[in-house]
Amino acid sequence: MDVKYYLRERFFPHLWCAGCGHGIVLNALIRAVDSLAIKKKDMVMVSGIGCSSRISGYVDFHSLHTLHGRALAFATGVKLSKPSLNVIVPMGDGDALAIGGNHFIHAARRNINITALVMNNRTYGMTGGQFSPLSGVGTKATTAPYMNIDREFDTVELASAAGATFVARTTVYHVKQLQSMLKKAIKHDGFSVLEVLTQCPTYFGRKNRKGSAVDMMNNYRDTTVPIGSDKKKENPELIERGIFVDKNLPEYCQAYADLVERASA
Amino acid sequence: MAKKKKLKKHVINREWCKGCGICVAVCPKNVLELDKKDKAVAARKQDCIACQLCEQICPDLAITVMVKYVEESASGDK
Ligand SMILES: Cc1ncc(C[n+]2csc(CCOP(=O)(O)OP(=O)(O)O)c2C)c(N)n1
Ligand code: SF4
Ligand code: SF4
Ligand code: SF4
Ligand SMILES: [Mg+2]
Repeated sequence: MDVKYYLRERFFPHLWCAGCGHGIVLNALIRAVDSLAIKKKDMVMVSGIGCSSRISGYVDFHSLHTLHGRALAFATGVKLSKPSLNVIVPMGDGDALAIGGNHFIHAARRNINITALVMNNRTYGMTGGQFSPLSGVGTKATTAPYMNIDREFDTVELASAAGATFVARTTVYHVKQLQSMLKKAIKHDGFSVLEVLTQCPTYFGRKNRKGSAVDMMNNYRDTTVPIGSDKKKENPELIERGIFVDKNLPEYCQAYADLVERASA
Repeated sequence: MAKKKKLKKHVINREWCKGCGICVAVCPKNVLELDKKDKAVAARKQDCIACQLCEQICPDLAITVMVKYVEESASGDK
């Protein structure tokens, strides 16, 4: 496949730092779309603000670069107006779950057919490394020089409880799994949430002495396990990868179309 | 007869490569390395098994591994 067919080449080399995991998500996303054989004109990327959100500017799909935290609200409008489009919303951990937390839970509750990608680097990369709701107790950040004492959200538990009908997690180290989960999340008829653990070597990495981008990726290999692995029973600290929720419930655009039909009968 | 994937050549975009070293670290055959300018190069092409992992993991979309498919029996180049 020709990766460049899907890129706005004029914006390359891209602006992400060397070794930033967001580029790996971009790489996998292009391959997922290519292997699903979805036409570029049927793809829409809607993002907010953040390093992660920049992904929308790099792909040659329809794209909307909107407000920090509010991408899901704009995406809901796009999807309801033209349900045949495939709508993907790439978000940072801050974007999705701090300022955008309410949009996130309500989009999940409605079960609208949108793919929400939470690119979790445990920090506000774009604005200089402040802590986010996914940083976790004990981490350091520019706004927590001694130590962060705020507990983190578990994206998977939050999305599941809010009603998302597809919920999965993987990391940028596991690129094959990332590609296959992206495909499943895009194909799922309902609100899908895919959390991707992705490194920010520049801020989270430096502040927390996590080493190079390569070290941070090796850490994803060593600290995650497939769902149900025996290793997790021995070491509860390990993070599970896989598909946590995959169920069918009435989709919002369809429910709306049905209602319009009933009301106008 | 089964066809085998083989390396044609690595195309590395030196303008886009930022020298992060991720491709070097993940290559199962230690084919790649960073040169003096911190750009990825295929230093040991002969060891490449054309798995394309480097291409799929590069955060800068800087590597393309061009491959060809050859008959198993005809793959005599040792
Ligand atoms: C309404 C509003 N508040 C704050 C900001 C400043 N701001 C821009 S990006 C960002 C957070 C980015 O973190 P994240 O969403 O995790 O994305 P990352 O850069 O880490 O990929 C903030 C607070 C803004 N642009 N708009
Ligand atoms: S600051 Fe962090 S998240 Fe932003 S581009 Fe650099 S490495 Fe990536
Ligand atoms: S992974 Fe890509 S950007 Fe990083 S060193 Fe290799 S070719 Fe260069
Ligand atoms: S294709 Fe596979 S073996 Fe060849 S250089 Fe890339 S990672 Fe290494
Ligand atoms: Mg972030």
